[in-house]
Amino acid sequence: MGAPANTNANAPADYLLHLADNALVLGQRNAEWCGHGPILEEDLAMANNSLDLIGQARMLYQHAASLINADDEAGERFKHLQGARVDGQVTDDTLAYFRDTAEFRCHTLLELPHHGPLVGYANSERDYSVTLTRNFLYSALMALVWQRLQTSADPQLAGIAAKSLKETRYHLSHSSDWLVRLGDGTEESHQRAQAALDHLLPYCEAFWLPGHAAEEAALANGTGVCVSELRDDWNAIVNETLSEATLQRNDTQPHVGYVAQGHLGVHSEHLGFLLAEMQSLARAHPQGVW
Amino acid sequence: MYTQSFSTADKEAKPDGKAVVQPLNAADEARQTHFDAVIDADGKIEPRDWMPEAYRKTLVRQISQHAHSEVVGMLPEGNWISRAPSLKRKTILIAKVQDEAGHGLYLYSAAETLGTSRDQMLEGLHSGKAKYSSIFNYPTLNWADVGVIGWLVDGAAIMNQIPLCRCSYGPYARAMIRVCKEESFHQRQGYEGLLVMMQRGTPEQKAMVQDAVNRTWWKCLAMFGPPDADSPNSAQGMRWGIKRISNDHLRQKFVDATVPQAEVLGVTLPDPDLKWNEARGHHDYGQIDWDEFWATVNGHGPCNKERLATRVKAHEQGQWIRDAALAHAAKQQQRQQKEAA
Amino acid sequence: MSQQQPALKEWPLWEVFVRSKQGLEHKHCGSLHASDAQHALQMARDVYTRRQEGVSIWVVPSNTITASEPDSKDSFFDPAADKIYRHPTFYDIPDKVGHM
Repeated sequence: MGAPANTNANAPADYLLHLADNALVLGQRNAEWCGHGPILEEDLAMANNSLDLIGQARMLYQHAASLINADDEAGERFKHLQGARVDGQVTDDTLAYFRDTAEFRCHTLLELPHHGPLVGYANSERDYSVTLTRNFLYSALMALVWQRLQTSADPQLAGIAAKSLKETRYHLSHSSDWLVRLGDGTEESHQRAQAALDHLLPYCEAFWLPGHAAEEAALANGTGVCVSELRDDWNAIVNETLSEATLQRNDTQPHVGYVAQGHLGVHSEHLGFLLAEMQSLARAHPQGVW
Repeated sequence: MYTQSFSTADKEAKPDGKAVVQPLNAADEARQTHFDAVIDADGKIEPRDWMPEAYRKTLVRQISQHAHSEVVGMLPEGNWISRAPSLKRKTILIAKVQDEAGHGLYLYSAAETLGTSRDQMLEGLHSGKAKYSSIFNYPTLNWADVGVIGWLVDGAAIMNQIPLCRCSYGPYARAMIRVCKEESFHQRQGYEGLLVMMQRGTPEQKAMVQDAVNRTWWKCLAMFGPPDADSPNSAQGMRWGIKRISNDHLRQKFVDATVPQAEVLGVTLPDPDLKWNEARGHHDYGQIDWDEFWATVNGHGPCNKERLATRVKAHEQGQWIRDAALAHAAKQQQRQQKEAA
Repeated sequence: MSQQQPALKEWPLWEVFVRSKQGLEHKHCGSLHASDAQHALQMARDVYTRRQEGVSIWVVPSNTITASEPDSKDSFFDPAADKIYRHPTFYDIPDKVGHM
């Protein structure tokens, strides 16, 4: 991304919501490990990861909220969200707790439970290899995205990007180091890591899917980044770690069949359950002050 | 979060507070004298120092149980992370639970300086032999429980823990200093969360807070342990500079400090006998149900089985991950040796 | 580490030293378990420096540290025990010593 023509633009609210939803949903998933990690030290590491992500989500939602409150057209679009308003104004909590599943714009990859393919209401044990592999694939992307967003024409987004980049690089090294330990560890860990990779990689195809209106709007005013241009770099990071981890990429290229569309509001069966739990208390007390 | 004082029998401690029962050889007699002198001078015993076996064992038990309490303590609060009603509260809660994991780590680390290992300590916890603070054997039933745990449970813990910062055993004292710094933060946040609900919240939120207080108050009073008359171990703990203040004294301090805090909040503490006694200069309070306390400590509380089973499960299910990391490290080592050769 | 580690069931113990942003030297903070040095560094960052930036971390395997005690307690310690812990867990210890 070259020097933007205009350095004082506003990123589109929908673009910010996409980035925020990614962070919140993954932060919510990773926090599920609190108290259940494989060793106390990892409990701490995963809690840190979750805190970073929820922190990023908050900054992005707050920025989106102030843009929505300042813009009549956006205000109209979000009028139906009445919960957690302060003096009639939309807040970060309004956006996080009172939007329905179809209004969320996170990548499907991030809402998946910590296990292999199962329907929305099936139960299964959590598998740490799914958690780490997903964190790796997502952090590899976001390290590239945040780096470029540091020169976003939206100064607030640029600031958020700079802070998030530091955190994301740490998440990337934590998850890639672990993927290597698992892939090149025991027979069991290798099989689990390979299974996790085979399950999750196809969801990454969504990163490169054209027709992402929010991203296109952001690109148009210099506030966003063209993610498909990051594909080669992402592949390089991923392939390097997978090679060290002695893991194989089994995703068919070119991709065949369904591409996940969570970022367009069409999710897996899992997001509904995640949000039902996450939002339940706030929605039970829409006028509650916390 | 804190340690709970039990009157668990220690075979080697005499009731008069003097040290070990076994006769010492001449060299150890001299070491015992030196040890006693250090304690009497409020000095520190460090990992390299000679210490009576009973002192070492008592500390291993107390520190590891304190560590177990922190770890088990993550569960009742962790129960509300996914449903925290605002992003700010979610963040605060995750950070708090994370701090508890960290406290567990500092304490396991301190205990390991005394000749036990993490695996051995966990085996003690998972087998049910080791105890953890019984306050965590109760369920967290509404969101306000989170704030009440911060205000009352952490409040009680702080009272127990601050004296431990002056404990005679160096690594434990230093771990406690670190813990106490973070702990007061937790109590303030818990209280502040309740204050917001009581002062600016809906009637339902206020009812939530009162309900949480009703269920938690008496359990917190019991956290300070049985009355001094029923705590034979206290004397030995005091002699060794491990225990600094008596159970009843701490409990009274806690009640006196908490009553005005409850008034500011606008909640009623569920004790009809709670009243200021001008003559004593303290609050009188009612009878604690020690039968219920002991039944719970001994495994028959509402959540004992679930807490333990959850920790056992996390440990067992994590075995393949821990094994993988070790296997990888071993492979790396072999590769490095091959290259060096 | 130059010698081969025996097959361990438990991740080895590491001592952690941290120099804070404004600090002059590394201070001993405590210990943690990790499977290798890189892992130990990452863990130390999470466990002991969660709230700080610009810190420097050292991790050292506990069993490679040699200690001395140069004060009036000289006459009271066993000169053979030059490890940092009197009761080290990274050696084989009899069950009765280890149990609580």
